[in-house]
Amino acid sequence: MSTDGEAGGGPVDAWLQGNTYHHSDFDDLGALVAAKERLGTSISLCIPALNEELTIGKEVVVFRSELMQRYPLLDEIAVLDSGSEDATREVARDFGADVYLADEILPHLPRHRGKGENLWKAIYQLRGDIIVYIDADIRNIHPRFVYGLVGPLLARPKVGYVKAFYDRPVATSREMQPTGGGRVTEILVRPLFSLFFPELATIIQPLSGEYAARRDVLEQLPFPVGYGVETSHLIDVYHRHGLDAIAQTDLDRRVHYNQDTQALGKMAFRILQAFLRRATAHGTIGATPELGTALHQFRARDRDYQHVVSEIEEIERPPMIELPEYRRRRTGLSRDTEPRPGA
Amino acid sequence: MAALPPFELILGRLPSLREQVLEDRHTLLAELAMISEIPAPTFGEQQRADFLQERFSQFGLTDVVQDDLGNVAAIHPGAGSGGAILLAAHLDTLFPDGTEHVTEVQPDRVVGASVADDSLGLATLATLPHLLERLRLTLRSDLLLVGTTRSLGRGNLAGLRFFLENPRLPIRAAVCVEGAPLGLLSHTSIGMIRGDVICRIPEQHDWTRFGEASAIVTVNEVINRVLALPMPRRPRSTVVLGEVRGGTAAHTVATRATLGFEARSESGHVVASLLHSIGRIAHQVAVQRGEHVELELVARCHPGGIGLDHPLVDRSLRIMSRLRLSPRMTPSTSELAALIERRIPSITIGITESSHAGEANETVLIEPMATGLTQLLGILLAIDGGYCVD
Repeated sequence: MSTDGEAGGGPVDAWLQGNTYHHSDFDDLGALVAAKERLGTSISLCIPALNEELTIGKEVVVFRSELMQRYPLLDEIAVLDSGSEDATREVARDFGADVYLADEILPHLPRHRGKGENLWKAIYQLRGDIIVYIDADIRNIHPRFVYGLVGPLLARPKVGYVKAFYDRPVATSREMQPTGGGRVTEILVRPLFSLFFPELATIIQPLSGEYAARRDVLEQLPFPVGYGVETSHLIDVYHRHGLDAIAQTDLDRRVHYNQDTQALGKMAFRILQAFLRRATAHGTIGATPELGTALHQFRARDRDYQHVVSEIEEIERPPMIELPEYRRRRTGLSRDTEPRPGA
Repeated sequence: MAALPPFELILGRLPSLREQVLEDRHTLLAELAMISEIPAPTFGEQQRADFLQERFSQFGLTDVVQDDLGNVAAIHPGAGSGGAILLAAHLDTLFPDGTEHVTEVQPDRVVGASVADDSLGLATLATLPHLLERLRLTLRSDLLLVGTTRSLGRGNLAGLRFFLENPRLPIRAAVCVEGAPLGLLSHTSIGMIRGDVICRIPEQHDWTRFGEASAIVTVNEVINRVLALPMPRRPRSTVVLGEVRGGTAAHTVATRATLGFEARSESGHVVASLLHSIGRIAHQVAVQRGEHVELELVARCHPGGIGLDHPLVDRSLRIMSRLRLSPRMTPSTSELAALIERRIPSITIGITESSHAGEANETVLIEPMATGLTQLLGILLAIDGGYCVD
């Protein structure tokens, strides 16, 4: 039986109403800065980047001017670069961002490439009590991308992790038009969540690359180094802290470059690996057979059919708190910022 | 009350002001990046107006309003009394609905549709209150900041004209801010008419006029006759045939075609005469070809302005000279014309250098912007100090 189009109900809908925000709820930046100062919280912005010279300058200049100089909401803006071959690092530095090469952070560890790797290393490198992650490829950048995500964390102590979603549902005369994520969200992640973690299916765009979280939440999470990181986070935060620790904010429109279907296939492969690992670890599903790491795809040109095999393994970094060098660094940082006796 | 600074003191402050502006240049870039990504075709400026209004409000300016034509105005209150200084930039752009507005900020330039015309002018208005505060510059005069709608093309300066019908404060002088070029100094408005000659032919193909039956051919006939019009060398006059639209496909007879033109002259009489001549051409071609040809007037400006010896022009030139700018004295057909109609002493200036005007990769250079902003601050201080009164 299908009950297409019926609204749900119960605690999940209560969460949807209570933990879903719009960026305009937090557009009084003076009040937001006052709240931040009252809480004694510091906020870092991390922009993971790889060959983003066309968009990185705009992001840095807008965030720095608006959210550091005009309203001191951010304490640092850092670009974590995966080894760009264009001028990404130079452009970002030129406009005042702190720029780090991911490979130079924790360099004694085995190297991995991927967005999740940068996000994980940001926990080590950045200083803030709250870390905001914003992708580098946004073409219609606006300060709302940051304050919309930080707002719920400053307003509600119980919220520890805030996801972005985009494209406001359009209200017509009698109904709401459906809204949601991209292709991978709608044909992979939301069906998986609906089957195994139904409460998480309420998150409108689970794969959005923009989110903010408290350090004490992030440092407890394992990090898949690739595109599995967002799915993995949601399951882990939900498992550890419950749905009420998660919030989501409507950031209106986001313009970015679309990926082709082959690339989305690779993304989905990584997400599925991370998902199955989580679902097994949390006992949601039974043990899975040993998973392969070869993704089979095909290219066709006229009658020339090519079988393309990609080796993809979604490696995971351990929770940052488990690294002795991280704990030492945090101890050192807090010692540096504590007032000295007699000072 | 402290004595007003002599004009030479203002000139002397310019280099250090420029250094301070340079330190704060990212504010202007941020405003430019955000404003330029909001589409604003003429008659479709609402989103951009809302954004500017939000920026004015966020800064705490007073009397922030949108009027009935969508103009956004705000007051930066001065410390004294007397008339206000009006600063205007137009909200609308040359880019039609559907144009992708994506702006790139590169180390030395900003690239994107409308960045020069006139997103940078609007960004300057949005940045100015912040800049005055950072530089601790206190003006005695109120600053009346206005983003105007319906400026370009068929807009015919309707926004600013409407605003000036009910000015919220007495205006002592006005500065129109264009993104480019740096060194621009317009103090006169040229006489101008802008119009369309619209040609239509019946939809049935007439084989007796094989090869001749096409609205495009009719437009071509109009063009040839306009080009044959005698054009006086003095007063300087010209007709720009700027746009031809018509037809649907190479193998289809065009049933409708339009010639967009602009006639300009230093003399209002010549402009009127050119309008009359083009109207007569349209009529003659219609009669001779048995087709429908009509002239539609889109916009009109009257010549006028202040002279080269007006203190506002003279002081502006001296400020430019101190900043080592080469003045580009060009008569204007933009906002300045509406101000001149109201006999408000006014000039138009530019903020930086640009290229690829009107294209999707319109480009403005970052480095000269500090000089452009300093020039504006110098002019404001000069007006505020009473050095620009005739």
